[in-house]
Amino acid sequence: MIHIFQAYGGTLLYGLGQTLLCSFIALIFSLIIGTFFALLEESPSKIGRRIARAYIELFRNIPLLVITMFFYVVFPLYVVKMNGFTAGTIGLTLYTSSFIAETVRAGIQSVDSGQMEGSRSNGFTYWQAMRYVVLPQAFRYVIPPLGNQFVNLVKNSSTLAFVGGFDLMYQGNVIASSSLETMAAYSAVGVLYLIITMPISYYMRYLEKRLA
Amino acid sequence: MLQNFIDAYSPDNLRYLLGGLWITILVSVVSIIGSFIIGSILGVIRYVKIKYLSAVVGFIIDVIRNLPLLLILFFTYFGLPNLGVKPEIIPAAILAMTIFESTMLAEIVRSGIQAVDSGQMEGARANGLTYWQGLWHIVLPQALVKMIPAIVSQFISLVKDTSLATIILLPEMLFRSQIIYGQNTNYIIPMFVAIALMYFVVCYLLSLLSRYLEKRQA
Repeated sequence: MIHIFQAYGGTLLYGLGQTLLCSFIALIFSLIIGTFFALLEESPSKIGRRIARAYIELFRNIPLLVITMFFYVVFPLYVVKMNGFTAGTIGLTLYTSSFIAETVRAGIQSVDSGQMEGSRSNGFTYWQAMRYVVLPQAFRYVIPPLGNQFVNLVKNSSTLAFVGGFDLMYQGNVIASSSLETMAAYSAVGVLYLIITMPISYYMRYLEKRLA
Repeated sequence: MLQNFIDAYSPDNLRYLLGGLWITILVSVVSIIGSFIIGSILGVIRYVKIKYLSAVVGFIIDVIRNLPLLLILFFTYFGLPNLGVKPEIIPAAILAMTIFESTMLAEIVRSGIQAVDSGQMEGARANGLTYWQGLWHIVLPQALVKMIPAIVSQFISLVKDTSLATIILLPEMLFRSQIIYGQNTNYIIPMFVAIALMYFVVCYLLSLLSRYLEKRQA
């Protein structure tokens, strides 16, 4: 395995960079989209709740790979050409946003309803109360599950390999087929994934314990 | 456009796609049963804290859980031949899914056991049962009931994850849809609609089941 790092270190690091880049972009956008739909689902508007529910159920129940392939295969035909990295990141963002929406919603629900009532009776509008009172408290509960979502995001970014996203998994395949040492190549890739995912999931477990 | 849909959904194509759904379900069901057995053993070992063994098992669980499933698929299908074992496609897919899901289920089992009130074990011990008898007859049955919704949710992600096995040419839905639209590009959109719908129906029904079970417990 060590000779794989020596011979292909640059390629692997480039792949790791792409994996991290895609994961961070997808994390930021899926946080924004996920929080938006969580708020919509908790909002007083009935139509809003329906739309949010439909969005969440749609992207939660279709495999990430199907979503990604849709953007990679169908979009260029009818809408706009995009490379594998873009298609993969969009797929990853939409897929993860539905899980983040569920997580944030659970966080909002775990905040005592007296908080909202208290802010309303002090003259806040619904959205002000949400923004300044409920959400900040909800996010504290939500941090460990969000961290776990990020771990999933990094792992799921391996679907970029299907669409030529030049991520870690893709480079691993290239190395495996050019060196013919499949076991060693995939082990090297595995070690690099673990370097990212293990510390995060251990830290989140620690946070979970401390919050409980 | 409508004509494309009508042509794409010819009886032969639909039968071919449904055959893919069957493979998806077969691989998922066999893997979840295998993972449930292995996962329960691993989860119990991690829970009971046997010297060294529990720590080693715990570490292995954490390592596998934190790897992408796709990588494990590559290990079983492309890696094993490097060591002189050459598995067929379906066994390789089932093996990878089982390895990955066992670790997920091990964590579910462990937290299920932890969720059982400790008084149950104390009561069992006070009534003369050994630790293992108490675990097997008193604690585990109660833990199992608590775990079922989480296991169903895990099964949903397993069904979705079988699509990853297209990369090792497992003839499931996504793979078969690609073969169909590979012959006629007009079929691309109808095919995506069809497989998205099939996955959605299966997973959504399962998620309703999981939610129903969760509510019944509360």
